[in-house]
Amino acid sequence: MRHFPRVLTLMVAVILAGCGEPDFSDTEKKTIASLALSALPSLKPDTTNRFADVPAAAALGSTLFFDQGMSRDGTVSCSTCHKIDRQFQDDLPQAVGVGHTNRRTMPLAGVARDPWFFWDGRRDSLWAQALTPLENPLEQAGNRAAYAHYIKARFGERYERIFGPLPDFAGMPLNASPLGNDAEKAAWNAMSGAQRDAINGVYANIGKAIAAFERSIEPAPTRFDRFALDLVTGAEPKGDAAFSKEEILGLKLFIGKANCVTCHDGPRFTDNSFHNTGVPPVADLPPDRGRIDAVAQVEADPFNCLGAFRDGDASACGELRFMVKDAPQLIRAYKTPSLRGAATRPPYMHAGQFSSLDEVVAHYAKAAPSVEGTSEIHPLELSDRERAALVAFLKTLAE
Amino acid sequence: MASLWRYLLAGLGLAALLVGILAVVYLTAPRSSQPAVPDVSRTKNTDNGLFVASFSPERGVVRQGELESWLLTLKTKAGAPVEGAAIAISGGMPQHNHGLPTSPQATDYLGDGRYRIEGVKFTMSGWWQLHFAISATAGSDTVLFNVVL
Repeated sequence: MRHFPRVLTLMVAVILAGCGEPDFSDTEKKTIASLALSALPSLKPDTTNRFADVPAAAALGSTLFFDQGMSRDGTVSCSTCHKIDRQFQDDLPQAVGVGHTNRRTMPLAGVARDPWFFWDGRRDSLWAQALTPLENPLEQAGNRAAYAHYIKARFGERYERIFGPLPDFAGMPLNASPLGNDAEKAAWNAMSGAQRDAINGVYANIGKAIAAFERSIEPAPTRFDRFALDLVTGAEPKGDAAFSKEEILGLKLFIGKANCVTCHDGPRFTDNSFHNTGVPPVADLPPDRGRIDAVAQVEADPFNCLGAFRDGDASACGELRFMVKDAPQLIRAYKTPSLRGAATRPPYMHAGQFSSLDEVVAHYAKAAPSVEGTSEIHPLELSDRERAALVAFLKTLAE
Repeated sequence: MASLWRYLLAGLGLAALLVGILAVVYLTAPRSSQPAVPDVSRTKNTDNGLFVASFSPERGVVRQGELESWLLTLKTKAGAPVEGAAIAISGGMPQHNHGLPTSPQATDYLGDGRYRIEGVKFTMSGWWQLHFAISATAGSDTVLFNVVL
C-alpha cells in the first residue's frame, strides 16, 4: 500500500510527459517540411548577369568586397558593415560607413535569392544593389569615375580577363558621377554620352563581380533543419536534433496561433515581400516611409533590369515590370527578413528598433498601430510561457 | 484496505479534474476566425451575368512565391469568345489588410477568348482574391476569383 503514492505520481508524470511529445498534425508536418533547408531549391542562374557563375568574376568580386580601397577615403569596404564572421552584418542598430546611415545592415546568407534588395527594395538585382553603397555619401562615398580608374590601376589585368578590354580613360575626369557632389555632377555632365556609357559599363561590371561572389553566401543547416528532417522521415530525433517541450511549443505557435509563418515562410523564412507591421520610427533619424519611396528609386536606377546594362533578355524583369507602384499598403512597408540566424544578431528591424527577440515578440503580440499607413498585424493573446517558447524556437534557427 | 480505496478515489478525482481542465481549455480556445471556405471554382458567371469567365494557371500548377502567368478566358453566355476586352486586375488577401504583392496585367490575347495575365504572384499561403474589371463591346462586368494556397 505504501507504493500507491509513488505509483500515482508515476501515472500523472506519464500522462503529462505524453502531452509534450512532438505530436504534429499532417498539416503541421507539411508546413515544417516546407521550412526546412532541404526544401530550398538550387540557386537559379541570374540571366541579367552573365558573369554570375564565372569563378574568376566571383574571385574578383571577393577581392573588391573586402577592399577598403573601394571607398572615398580608403577606410570602408562592403565588409566593414557586412562582416564575414558576423553573418555578414555588423550588430549595430544602424550601419556606419563613412557616415552614420539610417538603416540596419542586412545579413547576406541566401541574398542571391532575393527579388528585391535593401529593406525597402530600392534595387532589383544583386549587382545593382552592390553599386549603391559605393556611391552613397554615408557608406563608401565614392564616385563611379574614381572606381573605374581605381579598377584599371589596381585590377586592370584581372578585370580584362573576365570582362574584356577596359575603355580608354584618356580625357575622362578622375571624379565624376550623376549622384556625386556638385563638382562630380558637373564633371559627369561635361562628359560625352560615350564616355558616360564607358564608365557606367565598368561600374556595372564591378557590381556583377561582387554579386558573383555574394552568390556563394548561403544559409547553413541548423538544429531546426535536423529536427525537421527527422520529423518528416519519421526518424527518432537524436542529440541536438531533439527539441525541448518549450521549443516544440514555440514551433507550433510559430506555424499556428502566432501566425508568424504567414510572412516568414519557406526555407528562408521570408515571403520576399514588403509589409507594414507597425514598427515605430527612430526619433533622431530622417523620415523613413519604406517601400512607397523606393518605387521611384528603382524605376529611375539606370542599372535596373530594364536598363542598358542588363545581360540576357527582358523576360527576367517580371518583378520590375509588374511591381506595385502606388498603393497604401506600401507606406512604411519593409522587407520580411529571413529568420535564419536572427537569434544571434540583435538588434532587430530596419533601424535596429528592438534590442532583443523578447521585444520583437512583444511588439507583434501587441500590434500597435503604425505611425503612418496601416499595420497588417493584429493583436495576439500570448502568455509569458508562449512568448518564451517562440523565442526558444527562434534560437533553434541559429544553432 | 481503506487506504487503497482512498488512493483510488483520489486517483479518480485527479483524473476527473484533468478531464475537466482539458474540457475547459478546449471549449474556451479562441475559435479560428476563418469564414466558411471561399468559393474557389475556376469558372464563374461574371457579376452581372454578361460573361462566363475562367481563370487558371497557364502551366497548370500554382507555385507560391513565383511570378506566374495565368489565363483568363472570357466567353459569352452562348459560348462565343469575347475579343478585344480591356481587363483591369486588383485583389489581395482579405484577412491581412493588404493588396496583391504585384500588379498583374493582361499582356496578350491568345485567341478563342483567352487573355494572358502576367505578373501573378502569391507570396503567402492563405486566401487570396483576384478581382477583374472587364470591358468589351458587349458591356462591362466584374468577376472575383478566390485562390486558396
